[in-house]
Formats: sequence, C-alpha cells, structure tokens
Amino acid sequence: MGLRIWAVMQKEFIQTLRDRRTLLLLLSIPIIELFLFAYAIRMNVDHLRTVVAGAEGAECYAYVQALEASGYFDVVAYVDDQAEVIRAIDGGRARVGVVFPPTFARDLQRGTAQVLILVDGSDFFPAQTAYGMAGVTAQDYGFSVMVERLERSGYDTRFLHPPLDMRMRILYNPDMSDLVFLLPGLLAMLLQTQTLVLTSAAIVRERELGTMEALLVTPIRPLELMLGKIIPNIILVILDMLLILALGTGLLRVPFRGNVLFFFAVSALYLLSGLGLGILVSSISRSQKQTQQIVMVVVLLGAILSGFIFPRYAMPKWVQMVGLLFPLTYFLGISRGVINKGIGWSVLRPSVLSIALYVLVVLGVAVVSFRRRLE
Amino acid sequence: MIDLQRLRAVLRKELTQLLRDRITLLLIFMMPLLELFFFAYAVNLSVDHIPTAVCDLSLDVRSRDFIDALVASGYFDIAEYAAGEADVIAALDEGRVRAGIVIPPDFAAQVARGQGEVLIILDGSDTYSVQAAYSAATAIAQHHALDLMVEKLRRQGQTFELMPVESSVRVLYNPTLDGLIFIVPALIAMLLQILTVNLTAQSIVREWELGTIEQLLATPIRPLELILGKLLPNLIIAAVALVLIALIGFVGMGVPFRGSVLLFLFLSLLFAISGLGLGLLVSTVAHTQNEAESITSMLMLLSMLLTGFIYPREPMPAIVRLVGDLIPLTYFVRIVRGVVTRGVGLTLVWQDVAALAIYAALAMYLAARFFHLRLD
Amino acid sequence: MDERVTLYARNLVKVFHTRRGEVRAVDGLSLEVHRGETVGLIGPDGAGKTTTVRLILGLLRRTAGESGVLGYDSMRDPFAIRAATGYIAQRFALPPDLTVQENMRFFANVYGVPRHEQRDRIDRLLAFAGLLDFRSRLAGHLSGGMKKKLALACSLVHNPRVLILDEPTLGVDPVSRREFWNLLNDLRAVEGVSILVCTPYMDEAERCQRVALIAEGRLIACDSPAAIRRQVAGELLECRPSDVRRAKALVAELPGVLEVQTYGPSLHIFVDRADERRAAIVAALEAAGIRCRGMRRIIPQMEEAFISLLRRRQEREHA
Repeated sequence: MGLRIWAVMQKEFIQTLRDRRTLLLLLSIPIIELFLFAYAIRMNVDHLRTVVAGAEGAECYAYVQALEASGYFDVVAYVDDQAEVIRAIDGGRARVGVVFPPTFARDLQRGTAQVLILVDGSDFFPAQTAYGMAGVTAQDYGFSVMVERLERSGYDTRFLHPPLDMRMRILYNPDMSDLVFLLPGLLAMLLQTQTLVLTSAAIVRERELGTMEALLVTPIRPLELMLGKIIPNIILVILDMLLILALGTGLLRVPFRGNVLFFFAVSALYLLSGLGLGILVSSISRSQKQTQQIVMVVVLLGAILSGFIFPRYAMPKWVQMVGLLFPLTYFLGISRGVINKGIGWSVLRPSVLSIALYVLVVLGVAVVSFRRRLE
Repeated sequence: MIDLQRLRAVLRKELTQLLRDRITLLLIFMMPLLELFFFAYAVNLSVDHIPTAVCDLSLDVRSRDFIDALVASGYFDIAEYAAGEADVIAALDEGRVRAGIVIPPDFAAQVARGQGEVLIILDGSDTYSVQAAYSAATAIAQHHALDLMVEKLRRQGQTFELMPVESSVRVLYNPTLDGLIFIVPALIAMLLQILTVNLTAQSIVREWELGTIEQLLATPIRPLELILGKLLPNLIIAAVALVLIALIGFVGMGVPFRGSVLLFLFLSLLFAISGLGLGLLVSTVAHTQNEAESITSMLMLLSMLLTGFIYPREPMPAIVRLVGDLIPLTYFVRIVRGVVTRGVGLTLVWQDVAALAIYAALAMYLAARFFHLRLD
Repeated sequence: MDERVTLYARNLVKVFHTRRGEVRAVDGLSLEVHRGETVGLIGPDGAGKTTTVRLILGLLRRTAGESGVLGYDSMRDPFAIRAATGYIAQRFALPPDLTVQENMRFFANVYGVPRHEQRDRIDRLLAFAGLLDFRSRLAGHLSGGMKKKLALACSLVHNPRVLILDEPTLGVDPVSRREFWNLLNDLRAVEGVSILVCTPYMDEAERCQRVALIAEGRLIACDSPAAIRRQVAGELLECRPSDVRRAKALVAELPGVLEVQTYGPSLHIFVDRADERRAAIVAALEAAGIRCRGMRRIIPQMEEAFISLLRRRQEREHA
C-alpha cells in the first residue's frame, strides 16, 4: 500500500513542480497579501481633501487651522458657497466640505455658532474618519475658544482640565497594527484555501483529462489514490505556511506569543478539514469549470463569514450559523489565540475539539461520496 | 473581414456548449448572487454593539453615569460583569468580549478632585472592533469629561454659553453611514469583473487543454471571428447576471440608485468589454485551466485590495496605486460610486470613463495581437 | 509548377527553441503529393510527422524552406489552404460536448458550406461514415473508432480536394481501422482527393500509393511501397532460434549476411543469396547449440524495409 501511495505521490509532485507558474502564483498570493497589508493598505485615512466655503474673518481661519492641525483634513480649495462644495464632492475632487454661515464670527461671540460639515458618504473609510474627526475637532476648537473667553473674563484656567481621564490599553497589539491582526487570519485562510484548491483541482483535472481511468485500472485503491494526491499538496502548503510565518514574525516583526508546537499540531488537524472539503467539492463537480466556481464560493464566503476580516458578532444570527460550515471559522480563533494572545490548550480546548469533529464528519462524507463517484 | 456564417457558427457552438452544461451555468449565476447576499449581510463595516466586560469597582453615581454614557452610544454592549481587571483580561483572552472597562474604587471622589481615571482594555487582535472601540471610547470620554467640567463651571456661577461652536456633520449620499450603500455598488462591479474575466479565460484555455483548438485552427476561421464568437455569449451572460444582481442589490436590498440607469448600463457594458479583454489576455498567457484559475484568483485578490473596492486608495504608496491602475475595476468603482451613489452624470466621471474606454480598446488590441492562430 | 502536385514541401525546416536548446524537428524535408494519390508519412515517434503537417497547414511558423497546398503558400495564404483542405488532428479534438449532428453543422458553417446544401451533405457523410444512428449522441460519448469517423466526416464536409490526416487510426480497433481505410480509398479513387496521412502502422503504409519514410525530421526514402521494399538489399530469411540474442550475434558474423533484425522470438536475416546461405546459417547455429525452427524465405515487408533503410542511413552518417 505504501509503495502505491508513493508512486502516486511522485507523479503528483512531478506534475505540480512542472507546472511552475501555477505553483508560484498560488504560493505567492498570501505573501503578496502580507506585504500589501504590511506596507500599502490602511483603513485609517488622513489628509482628506477638503474644500471650504464661506470662510471670512479670522475666526473662520482659526477654525480651519484647527481642522488642518488635526492631520485629518487638507484644505485643497476655498469656494464661494455650499453648491460649489457639493459639486466638488460630486465630482470626487474633495471628500469633505466645510461650510461657514455668513454670520459665523457674530454667532461665535454669542456662543451659537454653527458649522456645516459635508462628508462624501460614497466611500466608507474616508466617510467614517471624516465623520468622527470632524466632531472631535469641533469640540476641541470649542473648548479652546471657551478657555480663552474664561481667561479674558479673569477666570483662573490653570486648574481647568477635564476631570476625567481615560487610559486605553490595547492588548496583544498595542500599536494597532493591521498586520498583527492579519497574520493569524492569513495563515488560517492559506491553509484552507490552498488545500482546497490544490486538492480539488488535482482530482478533477485528472478526471477531465481522462487519466483517472488509467489510474483506476491499476491496483490502486481509492483511498491510496486520494492520499497520494493529497500528501504532496499538504507538503507544499506547509512549506508556504512556514514561509509566511517566517516572513511575518521575522521580517515584519509580528510577535508569536503562544506555543509553536501546539500551533503546528492544531494546524495539521485543520489541514485535514481543507482536504476533506477539497475531495467533497471534487466529487460533487463534473468539470474544472464547476470546481472553480464552487471553490471560489467556498473561499469567498469563508473569508467573509469566518471573521477573517469582519467580526462575526456584528453579523445577524443566521449568518453566523452559516459561518459555522467553514472550518476557517473555528481555526481563526485558535490562530489568533495562539499567535496574538499566547493562549493554549486549556482555553482553546472547545475550539480544537470542534475542528476535530468537523474533520471527522467532512472526511467521512468526502470518502463516501468519492467512492460513490468512482462506481 | 468577418464572415457572418462562420461567426454565427462559433456563436452557436459556444451557446450550445454553455446551455448544455446546465450545472455550470447555474453556478455561474448563483455564485454572484450568493456572494452579494452574504457580503451584504455579513459585512458590517461600522462595528457597533461591541461585546464588553465591565468591572466597576466603585459602584457609585459617577461610575454608573459613565457606563450609561458608553452603552447609550450604541457602540458598547455589556456582555458580562467582572470582579477585577484579571477577569476582564481572561474574558478577552477567551474571546468572550472584545472590550473591557475597569473603573477604579472611589471614582466619584476622584472625579470631584478632577482626577478621575478609567481604564479601557481592547482586544488588539481584531482590527475592526479595536478601531471602532478606540475612537468611540475616546469621543465618549471626551464628551463626558466636558459635560462634567461644564457642569462644574455652572455650579461656580459661569452663566454664558459654554460651548460656542456646534458642528453639524452631514454625510452626503449615505446619511446613516450604511455599509450596504457603500459596498453593494462596488460589489456588483467586482462580481461583473470576476465573471467576465473568468468566463473568457476559461472558455479559451479549455479549448487549448482539450486540444480542440488545433482542429478549429485548421479551419478557415479568422482570429477575430473566433474571439468575437467566444466573447459575445460571455457578454450576454454578464449582462443577464448584471441585471440580476443589480435588481437584487438595488431593488431587493433597497440600496438607493441615484443616477441614470441607462448611463449605468451603458458604462457597465464598457466595463464588461474591458473585463472580456482582460480575460482574453489571461488566456494568451495561461496554458491550462489550472494556470488560468491561479492567475484569475491573483487578479481577484489584487482587485479586492487595490482598487478602492474596500480599502481606500489614498493612503497607498504611489507604486501600489499604479498596480491598481492596471485593473479596470479601479476606474469602474469610481464610476459606480459616482453614477449610482452620488447620482452624477457623465460630465463628472468622464475621466474614468475615458480611461476605461482606452483600457478596453488596449486590452482587446493586445489580446488580438497575442492571440495568434498558430500553435507555436 | 506541375499541375498534378496538390501539396508540396521543399527543404522545410522547423527549429523549436526549448529550455534545453534548439531542437530541429523538421530538417530539410521535401515532399510532393499528387492529385488522387495517398501518400503515407511514416516514421518512429518524434520523427517530425506531426510538425510537418502542421507546417504545411500553416499552424506552425516554418523556420526555413517552402511548403504549400493547391498553389497557396502555407505562410502567406493559410486561410485559403484551410478552406480547401480537410484535417484530422492526432488527438481527437472535436468539441466533446456537442452532438454528432451539431459538430457536423458547426464545421459545415465554419467551412462556408451553403445552408441549402448542408442537410444533404451531412446526411450523406454520416451515412458514408456509418454514423447515421448516432446523430444526437455527444461526441465525447462516442467510441474511439466512431470518434475518428466523425472527425473524418467533419473534415470532409466542404468537399476538400486535399485531406491531411495525422495518425487517424491511433487507438482504433483493427476492424474499424480497415473500415476507415476503405473510406479513404473510396475518397481517393472516386473523388480524386489527395491524401497525406501520418501513420505508425506499416500495414497502413502498404495501402498508400507512395510512402515517405522520415526519421529525425529528414526524408529517408519516398517511393511506392513495392519500390521501398525493393530497396532492401538482398533476400530475407526468417527463423525462430531457441536463443534469439546469441543467435543474432552469431549470425551477424557469418559470410553473406547483410543485416539481422529481431522481431520478438523470430530473427529476420538479410543475406545476399538466400538459397545458398540458408544451410550454412542453420549449421552454424546448431554447432553453437542453438536450435533453429522454421527457417524459411520470406518477402520483405515495409517494416523490415524501413528498419533496414534507417540502419543504413545511420551507418552512412557515422562513416
């Protein structure tokens, strides 16, 4: 049996390595993702392009200065009125517009000044930032005007400070780096996606090209065939994982807080779930085209529903339930727990057991349907 | 140049093959629908109701006020009460909560002395939550502190209006910062690109892999006829899928459509053509369906990250932005945000439309050049 | 140019650039096919047969030389050539998810057969290929022999004057092969079609009017099967010795023996004069303790001729 598996493995290895471009592309996807998130992608937007309308007098400019000083707003133009501001935002030339009423200076004296801030709501992150920061800056500015006025009225402002201070401690990721957050998820994604893609593609391709028949007339058992096809893929995926882990923790300095061996052990278990899914997909689909479509759905839905990027607790209950169909959902908590939080078996026991159960079920179903497909 | 009989023959062949494989056809239409559906309901960009553990060691009026202020903001939901800081951290470790609030004993007295101090602990392994929690907590605490201060000044007899400026922020096009309004138009664009590129690349590469291309090439079919015959059915599928997902997105999910539907459809056609061209280019590079698949998934990844589909392009380094410029989605995301969400006309998005048109023409030209009808 | 020549290649060269350097797949090959003639392109695997026909059809870019069909040049007028030529690629390569009828119709349209003629012609060809009962079966579900017949029917749908077939009977059972060749013969004899056929089967070569033997991209011989057979020097003896390997070595050294080839358990011995040498060979073998059964004189077939010509060519090159 071992020899036959070895024979299939060799064949798979040769085929995979021969198809070097595909291999390179597949293996480089997570690396590209890692570097893009490390150096290129940020969700926090600053220096938002801002246009200002109706700015007249020192008070307005002081306010604009306060906005610019926050670092979030860059004034790119001064215009005449609100209509022009909206035109600038419509045309995508500005993200934010500040409209002063003609009576701003007088209102400020009376303490009833109003500023209208218009935010481009068609793009989310800039809108969110602008929305939050505009409010905070206005409050800051108001506070400084108030302090100045109290001083002028002879009030001793030396002891005037907010009576409440807040200390913020961010566990696991004190610099709030997206990368620290991303690395464990990326590993989890990689292990699932690559095993799924490689396994299903290998099996379906064999079938479409008709070489499956040639293999099936040899004394190879279906299980041996599956193992032989799968083991080389596992090895490749593990190599890729090690590479990402090395790049992430070494070059990009993401701390690995937990036990590495424990992480590998659970990863191995988790790999099996991806393989099971791969076999399942390949036994359902009839052509490479179909496999590709199904794999794409699984990968995309997995990424969305597992909490890889978007937190699960913010989803509706039934969507959360659907998320439980993907092994990624279970592994994500483990990956983040071990790498980011440094926790181990005692805390993660329920998650590890769920993965084990998942693997049993999916492999069982996969083997049964693979067998049925062969008959 | 183009012989209609031959073109019709290729068209009929492609359509017959497409319709014969019903399951694939069904998948082609189901996939974008599924994705749209789950994306729309799962993606919650503005995170609120963050599960929070509260450890109130003071239990007085001031601490209760502060906690009320946090809960009233809608950003924090109290999931559990903890006995001490260690319990809060344990709850975070186990992932039961994403945020913790620790209020020291004697809070009211400290506040009276102007030295109140709260500790907020956040789970840094979840970027979205932590960012939302961070800015929400900062804003709420600042506001709360100012309120307390103003209250104190009032008691000291300061009578004039204490906060002289109010800013009212109005978010245009999307007043409630609804994630759906933001994501659905771009998602439709994304799905359209995936569909056109993949369909085209696969359908051509498959001919190579099955060897049928040799038999086709040995006939008098001209390259242009073969390309058109392959692309037109895909364009039809893309059009049907577009109408379907657009109906679900804009009618079913109630995402507002502010601009001209006709303009949107016309520009989508242009975008679809550029996607077909890109798929054609992929097919000239890839030799097997596996290869085509890995190229298209790479493209999908880059499209997700670099085109402004989710992540803003402004903070990206120029070189990364340039890579994004090579993907047609970059232009079309801006166009749909303009035409659909902001409701503007051609005059305000013409630059992106021109870029897209040039892109489509260039992709088709290059593809036709490299799509040689020879086997070497 | 000779009016009868429908297909020609002159000093045709094709060099492939691979990672391991240049490969001369076709190396100065010249060839002619006349009207109403079947020419067999014969050679071992990798001899350059497929590359040659692809060059002639303009499916590959030639490195040097000339080739053409019906007066059109392969590179300058590939479409004119394709419009007048039928081609069956080596690998069965019709869309597997179209039915027999749909495939026929597709190729009829692609080759520009007028609509009103299509029905009659398709029916006639399907009847000719014995596929009338399988009209609505998917091409991918046909048996190997039927697939080849369908490919033939599709490549004939435009009444081509030239037919190029690349190993059309590969993987087809002997009965179907015979049927297939009977079809080809009808085409040639009745319709006057010129046929160029690549084949690894020597018995098929015997059915061609002329045979072109090629090896390593070069033409070794081109003549009628009978003439090719006659090119073999000497006469041929066959026997079944008890130890083939030892017998071969032994016999090769005997006087009057020109060449020895092994065919499984039997030995084919080329001698200058068969009647004279027969007894000496038997005696020599028995002296060495090798029993030798069924020694008889046979007429050289294509296979012996081919191997012999190939051997002589190699010897000449080494010399």
